[in-house]
Amino acid sequence: MSRTGTRTIKVDYLARVEGEGSLYLKIQGGRLRDVQLKIFEPPRMFEAFLRGRHFSEVPDIVARICGICPVAYQMSAVHAIEGALGIAVDPAVRLLRRLLYCGEWIESHALHVFFLHAPDFLGYQDALEMARDHRAVVERALALKKAGNQLVALLGGREIHPVAVAVGGFYKTPSRKEVRALRPALEQALEVALETVRFVSGFDFPPFEQDYEFVALSHPQEYPMNEGRIVSNRGLDVDAAEYEDHFAEHQVRHSHALHSVIRVRGSYMVGPLARINLNFDRLTPAARQAAAEAGFAPPCRNPFRSIVARALELVFACEEGLRLIESYEPPARPRLEVEPRAATGQAATEAPRGLLYHRYQIGADGLIRLAKIVPPTSQNQKRIEDDLWGLVPALLDRPEPEILWKCEQAVRNYDPCISCATHFLRLTVDRE
Amino acid sequence: MNFNARRKPKLAVFKFASCDGCQLTLLDAEDELLAVAEAVEIAYFPEASRAVIKGPYDIGLVEGSITTHHDAERIQQVRRQCRTLVTIGACATAGGIQALRNWQDSAEFVRHIYPSPDFIHTLKMSTPIAEHVPVDFELRGCPISKSQLLELISALLAGRKPNIPTYSVCLECKRRLNVCVAVAQGIPCLGPVTQAGCGAICPAYGRGCYGCFGPMETPNTESLRAQLHVLGQTSQEISRAFRSFNAWTWHFRHASDEEERA
Ligand code: SF4
Repeated sequence: MSRTGTRTIKVDYLARVEGEGSLYLKIQGGRLRDVQLKIFEPPRMFEAFLRGRHFSEVPDIVARICGICPVAYQMSAVHAIEGALGIAVDPAVRLLRRLLYCGEWIESHALHVFFLHAPDFLGYQDALEMARDHRAVVERALALKKAGNQLVALLGGREIHPVAVAVGGFYKTPSRKEVRALRPALEQALEVALETVRFVSGFDFPPFEQDYEFVALSHPQEYPMNEGRIVSNRGLDVDAAEYEDHFAEHQVRHSHALHSVIRVRGSYMVGPLARINLNFDRLTPAARQAAAEAGFAPPCRNPFRSIVARALELVFACEEGLRLIESYEPPARPRLEVEPRAATGQAATEAPRGLLYHRYQIGADGLIRLAKIVPPTSQNQKRIEDDLWGLVPALLDRPEPEILWKCEQAVRNYDPCISCATHFLRLTVDRE
Repeated sequence: MNFNARRKPKLAVFKFASCDGCQLTLLDAEDELLAVAEAVEIAYFPEASRAVIKGPYDIGLVEGSITTHHDAERIQQVRRQCRTLVTIGACATAGGIQALRNWQDSAEFVRHIYPSPDFIHTLKMSTPIAEHVPVDFELRGCPISKSQLLELISALLAGRKPNIPTYSVCLECKRRLNVCVAVAQGIPCLGPVTQAGCGAICPAYGRGCYGCFGPMETPNTESLRAQLHVLGQTSQEISRAFRSFNAWTWHFRHASDEEERA
């Protein structure tokens, strides 16, 4: 390859990410000239066809934006709609929703840590190839993932696109006995999660740091899931209702997902690393202990270590899940009767991949007039490109397959969910 | 299907417009995944692997619907590469929830979401795979059922016909000993016209079936519509109920259009 000409390096179809995307790098005269994370997943246009649907149908419809994190879509939706309609749910419903979210975090993080990300660090094409050398690790990973799925299946009716979540509560809530039956699986999952932290914190991390603006929810008492203010390490502290005053979305030619920026300042990061950096002291005891043993202290600015943040959140979600199981009492009524009124509501919750914002305008007839959804991957898109701008210059002398793989790995640090963002990845490097 | 006994059959997973939930079902088969990976060669599955083994493939699982010119061409190539092509899920089999655009002005949809609609190339309609290429087998559901997926793979490997029931959700409800939500509580339910496969989850969770497995073989949508009116549902509500994840199937489309006109 020539050092002075223009080279294009591309990954035409980024693997081990959820959805379809590609990556394009242009190198000219030995310098990086362009980076584009292209999301070509065909748009499915949820916000358009949500108009005219009844608010009670929204949790079922928005779940279908993403098969990996349907609960997140359901959670942001019910909170935004309940906000609009002025409903406060039963405290027991609130805890049950948190338990459901724990299940999704476990299932989704276990999938990403072991199936999508760890193979990069260990030099495997995928987890099944990894299983040939590390069968016990993969088996434990599957058990962990299964524990998360069992939680979602009990509370929601099934693992993917659960049916029990309703505006106002749940269609049905489980008995104390049913919930307690999950304890052994979750206790075992907690052990696996602790091993996972030890396993991934021993990986070789490229020495790469960036000066990030981290954005996540923050709640005075708890590690954030469904509630809290939107905060950052640069002084942002706003309510979900003010989200659109501070964050802007714009369209770029190379992507079907809109890019989000913080007005005035630019790109930012959401997701496990942002969450843990901003909420470290609200982690559960075992998670804090595991962090100390793994040498993980906030603020961590190395995006490759997001796999450690994810593993720590696995510990957190198992421990928190166990606590919630212990204290569970079924709500007096699974769900409140909800009367429509003309109103608008906004909510942000913490999807496994980061902040997920929804806004709905509802008419007096209960039909949706306007819907706006900003998924975590659209928010991270610009930040991923910025990371590559920082990472690639040091790699320019390396053989192309190595550049490609490192870039893919850097993209996967964010566990991008392209189904969500347009709801993928191909890499193109242009060299002249 | 006759596979060459000396080599493992090659399995490929292809994605079109979808939420990834149906292909995730394979990774969600936590207890069976490693065994499946031993029985077949997972040759192409980008969501799970960087490795790409070239076709032809013995089994192709196709998720998602066709919504772009590029995908309309890609499905032709996929068909040529797969000996047996199976559509997995409501998107691939029926067009999915994104087929709601088929009743609307898609250009307006794009304008509604994107400030510069010209960059977005999308077809007016979201269509199922079978409208583009011959399909050998289909799995219903949004998402598909894990046990049906495993049954399909084992049947294909054994060279027998998969045992996938085509009766309605009502039968599954009886088997699960659910009390009928429509009869006992007057809750509108699409169970009588919807194909079984989910295990009658919604009625078991105290709500009516919303039809995510699509129409059963011979659904009597007319009598169900009449019954839903008796339960106090408006035409508009009934029309919306049929217009969800399987809206573009002939029976559900027809039922929803009739109610819309009523
Ligand atoms: S059928 Fe449903 S679960 Fe399957 S890919 Fe489509 S939206 Fe997702």
